[in-house]
Amino acid sequence: MIQLSANHLLYLLEAARWTVLLSLIAFLGGAVVGLPLALMRLSKIGLLRGVASGYIQLIQGTPLLIVLFLSYFGLGILGYKLIPLIAAGISLTLYAAAFLGEIWRGCIEAVPRTQWEASDCLGLSRVQQYAYVILPQAVRLAIPPTVGFMVQIVKNTSLASVIGFVELSRAGQIVNNSTFEPFVIFASVGAIYFALCYPLSIAARTLERRAHAGR
Amino acid sequence: MSYKFDFAFLADKWPDFVAGAWLTIQLTILSIAFGFLLGTVCALARVYGGSVLRRLVGSYVETIRNTPLLIQIFIVYFGLSSLGLKLSAEVSAVIALTVNMGAYTTEIMRAGIQSVQRTQLEAADCLGLTRLQTILHVVLLPAMERVYPALASQGVLLMLASSITSQISAEELTATANLVQSDTYRSFEVYLIVAVVYLALSALYRLGFWAVGQVLFQRRRRLGTPL
Repeated sequence: MIQLSANHLLYLLEAARWTVLLSLIAFLGGAVVGLPLALMRLSKIGLLRGVASGYIQLIQGTPLLIVLFLSYFGLGILGYKLIPLIAAGISLTLYAAAFLGEIWRGCIEAVPRTQWEASDCLGLSRVQQYAYVILPQAVRLAIPPTVGFMVQIVKNTSLASVIGFVELSRAGQIVNNSTFEPFVIFASVGAIYFALCYPLSIAARTLERRAHAGR
Repeated sequence: MSYKFDFAFLADKWPDFVAGAWLTIQLTILSIAFGFLLGTVCALARVYGGSVLRRLVGSYVETIRNTPLLIQIFIVYFGLSSLGLKLSAEVSAVIALTVNMGAYTTEIMRAGIQSVQRTQLEAADCLGLTRLQTILHVVLLPAMERVYPALASQGVLLMLASSITSQISAEELTATANLVQSDTYRSFEVYLIVAVVYLALSALYRLGFWAVGQVLFQRRRRLGTPL
């Protein structure tokens, strides 16, 4: 058995960089897929609405852990090498897209109807309406809940550890296997997650309060 | 791509899946119930308690909401056992899920409790109700009624999150899947089946929450409007 040392803590901190990277991948991927989803949910075409809401219900009704396993082993079926980072990136993207899509749909719907009508009167096309009138206003509403959701993303990257991706949680398990001090180690791991998430939580709350103050 | 799907293992493995799903249901219903009680008590403490109590509950909520459930489960299972408190995987799972559910419920119920109008409390005062009676008979039910949709979706989320307890080998649905796939090597099929079972379970839980709501909030059922 190896004594727990400062090096172990350093190792955890280094692994936390992967947690941050994975969170960024998930957020960016989720945003890129999530915005079209939100727009599809609001589309006039029934098929698009159906596809988007089906997808969202599918992802929100299955555990992220299962999505992770499916994309990990699914990649294998398609004949690709099983690279944990890619499988984790894909499944976190799928997950984040479903939730961001729903959040953003709510924000777009919260833009007053009169804005749609006014831009209709000005003869703007639907694309122009979204680009110049609706989305700029929706973005302001969307920032607080989006920042809040980033906390969920950071926390959920911990699940990537189960397919062997060495981020913060997996690093904690590895250190624990050699030192067997689970309480100290997992408390430190928890503290690092807290240090990543708490500022985001505070930011989300402050932004929310500021947004409501204007009304 | 020449992959052939093969679900033949289901013929003799299906009782395992049923047993796993049943344990998932047991674990999560216990955790949802205990977590709701814990969260409601904490929410009351947060709204009506003294400043020390308020801060204590506040840091409990923030700690849980800003750390991953996986780590919480590890601390309960591995951490407590290294401190001399040996718990089975299932008991640890229920404890971790309860503590987790409790933190989210605290925030949700706090919003509900704060939304009960002042005049209701004043009226209860005029009727000579004690503080406890006021909380039990005047505050709690309307508070819960207002935040019930949020509570219900938190319950469904907890059920889905219970899959994480497979990591301490509580033999619920996901752990069963892990076992079966290492037996049969049909990983993709196994997790596909389990995904479908989870989908069915979330539909079932939604239905369950709706039914409980119908029984609990008779006024809403009669009038069709929230309070």
